[in-house]
Amino acid sequence: MTLAVRVIPCLDVDAGRVVKGINFTDLRDAGDPVELARTYDAEGADELTFLDISASSDGRATTLEMVSKVAEEVFIPLTVGGGIRSVDDVDRMLRAGADKIGVNTAAIARPELIAEIAHRFGNQVLVLSLDARRVSGDVRTDSGYEVTTHGGRTSTGIDAVAWAARAAELGAGEILLNSMDADGTRDGFDVEMITAVRSVVDIPVIASGGAGTVDHFAPAVTAGADAVLAASVFHFGTLRISDVKSALADAGHPIR
Amino acid sequence: MAGRTPSVVVLDYGSGNLRSAVRAVERAGASVTLTADLDAAMAADGLLVPGVGAYEACMKGLRAIRGERIIARRLSGNCPVLGICVGMQILFERGIEHGVETEGCGEWPGVVERLQAPIVPHMGWNTVDVPTGTRLFDGLQDERFYFVHSYGVRDWKLVTNDRTPDAYQPLVTWAEHGGDRFVAAVENGPLCATQFHPEKSGDAGAQLLRNWVTSL
Repeated sequence: MTLAVRVIPCLDVDAGRVVKGINFTDLRDAGDPVELARTYDAEGADELTFLDISASSDGRATTLEMVSKVAEEVFIPLTVGGGIRSVDDVDRMLRAGADKIGVNTAAIARPELIAEIAHRFGNQVLVLSLDARRVSGDVRTDSGYEVTTHGGRTSTGIDAVAWAARAAELGAGEILLNSMDADGTRDGFDVEMITAVRSVVDIPVIASGGAGTVDHFAPAVTAGADAVLAASVFHFGTLRISDVKSALADAGHPIR
Repeated sequence: MAGRTPSVVVLDYGSGNLRSAVRAVERAGASVTLTADLDAAMAADGLLVPGVGAYEACMKGLRAIRGERIIARRLSGNCPVLGICVGMQILFERGIEHGVETEGCGEWPGVVERLQAPIVPHMGWNTVDVPTGTRLFDGLQDERFYFVHSYGVRDWKLVTNDRTPDAYQPLVTWAEHGGDRFVAAVENGPLCATQFHPEKSGDAGAQLLRNWVTSL
């Protein structure tokens, strides 16, 4: 295997500004997406993911402008997710400068959206964002994992592993697997869930949720992740991308 | 030549992220126009043919603006053309995607077909096997480039002979993913192409584009 494991920082964006817990000491303005993108690029990020959390259509329009500014200045792949509901939304994002589009809730409501996007733009642009957790209470699924919405607060009862397989069949090019159990714990990635999803899809899997130390990343890759994504540990400066890459290399995984 | 700014047309024949390509070539030192205009594309020092999405859709878009003629005519006049990703694939004879066979530009023999690897798309930063004598990869022998594709060319079949000028002897760069080997780049006289995205490959990609722009 010569393909490098990708290390991807994820940034929350509201109305064109990067928000939530950015704490780089060397930045003049930690909310400036271009400055942050450059910083992560310089630290060795292999891709950047922006999650648009804008509630209004004005906010989303401003995010489009932000994407174009970043794309004009930073020359690594950009994924944008959040609020993508239609083929037209995807078209606008791609034209603004995004390379890949993350789709989440809208695809749960209407799975054909995956096929529509893949047919028009190719499956390589489509990242299925999958917020999953272990079932609890009355909920039962074959795999023991279910799809959630609203940041893990809402149960759907849909089998997460089956959904991953279906999305891949419909034309998703990649799966961003967010563990809602591990998210925010900093106790490590949910390797069992990664293994479960890896075993049913033959498209790349990005592991997300639970990163706390540099040692957490290699097990996610060993479990089958092709890329690892984290947010707060990078933003707060707890971990540097270069340290994560060193740890991956020490564990025998190829890095850029 | 010091002080000269080469002109490059980025061929606009469909949707996708063309902005990054335009900016990356500008940064490489060219003055760039994004257009589908035939005269402009003929007159530029360099023509960049991007390509994102499905082979069939790309060829359809290209034909709609008579792009395959622009490419062929430029090459007849020894004028440089650079194809990127599907913009490289359409230079070959044909592509087969989902069982659909589409005729390409046919500048090179060969078929674009699905990669035979455990995980497809091939997505991410990979190493390439650069041939000696390369100009495109000058100074970039040990770098990784960003790939995102499910299809590739797995046989290089262009026939040359001892009367072929040195500059036209094809230099093929190979890459490998999951045990499958495919063409990552070709340098062949005025026609160059990369399967990866130099405009998304950070500093290494920037240097490759500078190498191309400098040669114009």
